[in-house]
Amino acid sequence: MSGCDDTPDIPGSPVEATGCGGDVVLETIDVSKCYDLGEIQVHALRGVDLRICDGEMLAIMGPSGSGKSTLMHLIGMLDTPTSGRIIVGDQDVSDLSPNRLAAMRNKEIGFVFQSFNLLARTSALVNVELPLIYSGVTGGKRSQRAKDALERVGLEHRLGHYPSQLSGGQQQRVAIARALVTEPSIVLADEPTGNLDTYSGIEVMMMLQDLQAHGITVVVVTHDEDIARHCERIVRLRDGHVIDEEIVADRLIAEQEAQEMTPEEAWE
Amino acid sequence: MNVFESIRIAFRALNANKARSILTMLGVIIGVAAVILLVAIGTGVQGDITGQIEGIGSNLLFVFPADLEGGGGGPGGGGFGGTAFAVEDAALIERRIEGLDAVVPVIEGPATAERGNRSIKTVISAGNEDVDEVFAAELAGGRNYNASEVQAGARVVGLGSTVAEELFPGQDPVGEEITIEGQRFVVIGHTEPQGGALTGDQDNQIYMPYTTAQRLLGTRDVGIIIVKASDPEEVDLKSAQITRLLRPKFGDNVTVFSQEQTLALLSTILGTLTFMLAGIAGISLLVGGIGIMNIMLVSVTERTREIGIRKAVGARTYDIMSQFVIEAVALSVAGGVIGIALGALGAWAIDSLVPTQITWWAVAMAFLFAGAVGIFFGVYPAWRASRLDPIEALRYE
Repeated sequence: MSGCDDTPDIPGSPVEATGCGGDVVLETIDVSKCYDLGEIQVHALRGVDLRICDGEMLAIMGPSGSGKSTLMHLIGMLDTPTSGRIIVGDQDVSDLSPNRLAAMRNKEIGFVFQSFNLLARTSALVNVELPLIYSGVTGGKRSQRAKDALERVGLEHRLGHYPSQLSGGQQQRVAIARALVTEPSIVLADEPTGNLDTYSGIEVMMMLQDLQAHGITVVVVTHDEDIARHCERIVRLRDGHVIDEEIVADRLIAEQEAQEMTPEEAWE
Repeated sequence: MNVFESIRIAFRALNANKARSILTMLGVIIGVAAVILLVAIGTGVQGDITGQIEGIGSNLLFVFPADLEGGGGGPGGGGFGGTAFAVEDAALIERRIEGLDAVVPVIEGPATAERGNRSIKTVISAGNEDVDEVFAAELAGGRNYNASEVQAGARVVGLGSTVAEELFPGQDPVGEEITIEGQRFVVIGHTEPQGGALTGDQDNQIYMPYTTAQRLLGTRDVGIIIVKASDPEEVDLKSAQITRLLRPKFGDNVTVFSQEQTLALLSTILGTLTFMLAGIAGISLLVGGIGIMNIMLVSVTERTREIGIRKAVGARTYDIMSQFVIEAVALSVAGGVIGIALGALGAWAIDSLVPTQITWWAVAMAFLFAGAVGIFFGVYPAWRASRLDPIEALRYE
């Protein structure tokens, strides 16, 4: 008798976060996630309906324990829901095997993590090549695409550098290049500025806004209101469901912020 | 992802941890080198001994006046304690059994040979004029004794190469005189060296007619009769005929060994010994394999985050598994290759002390076994790595 099979007790009715225009790239339908820890069952998500539309920049917000990390893992196809459906493009990925999920991640998702998660003792170029290795791109074509991605984040002169030889901001840019290189449907950034100083954080947000300007869908998971205001739409979570959806009226533009900073602040 | 990618990733990882990789390999290196070296020694010694026995001649039957096969416990059994043969027994065999090229009664005994102030303790090995049919030694100069010298008991001797070298350093001994047990003899021939460091010095011998030896040693006892069959196919038949012929006089106290039996017996003993050595060395290879497994398990734990990153960007179970298995196999196979090289080098280095022979089967087996050790001990850590949950792995500090 697993408690996770029980219908979760839902306090209050869930809000549907479906307010975006255009084609839907990823949709969650009444998605729940429950962790069975034996003695207790943790209902991390309790019926989330969320649509991510092509080309938008979306922020998922919430305090710790709100279920935003769990939702990110499900959107990123690192995990499968206990109940409900997740549709990516026109494919239902709710019940895929770990290997099929890996292939879907490789094709559809580019991850940017708070702690960068680059391979140490591996050059920037090879780090960016990594997803291409697993999608079967080989030889010169692979390194060319990796170089192009690094050029796009302004690191074309740092190809052979190891992560330890790069600043935090530069490491995160390498991570963004790695997320881009497979031309995914969604770039999924989990607290991308959490480990960075203000200026580097703004630089990273500038880069993500630039990606969106070029038509790439960006999802930012954060608890920071300022970071979220760089997006077009904010979905707020609490206690495992969506409590609010907001279209950002006065969106922050990272490029302007960078220009307004004093030269001392922008020492880099 | 293809195999070459996995190999490249594996080698990059091994290269990043050079000291650890080499230390891990050391276990396999020592194991494989030990297998190669010990098998080379075993095979070399086996080849050396059987080579010497084959050198004595083929189609030969050795007739002993004792029950050497019936266990050592019975009366008259065990050694040469039974009734000795006489020259007449050899004559009987020659007269009554057909299809024999030579029947040689051999009388042996210790003696001291002297020339001037030089002397050497040696062994007299005496036979009849057919002796060149059954002894392996090749003449380096001079001739063997002939039938009339045997009949007359002439004081003529042939010298083994050790004796010739000791008494006539740098000279041709043929036609010279030596003294054996106080009696004077003429040297009529000397033999080429036969080697034989392991079975006693075959070159420290003096050859003479058995009639001469009987008088010199004061004995009529024939220690062994060596018979040469005309047809190698009939060796077993002749063996049976000789046993039957001598039974009325000697009962069970006659043993006939054929060359083939002696060889087979020795080969079995030495082969078993070689396998035993290889087995002991194999155990150290096994220990090396466990070392690989240990390091791979540590490596998987250490690289949990790396595995998480790889999985997040799309590595499948198979990709992670093959990466780690290939790392383990690369360690063991590289260790195997180095071990084979070291073992071969060692075998070559000690060849002057102990005969060694490197066999292809030992090399192939050591190599394959090393590879198998890598796969066997690499699969479990790799499986653990491939089963890691990407979310947990990314969280790992």
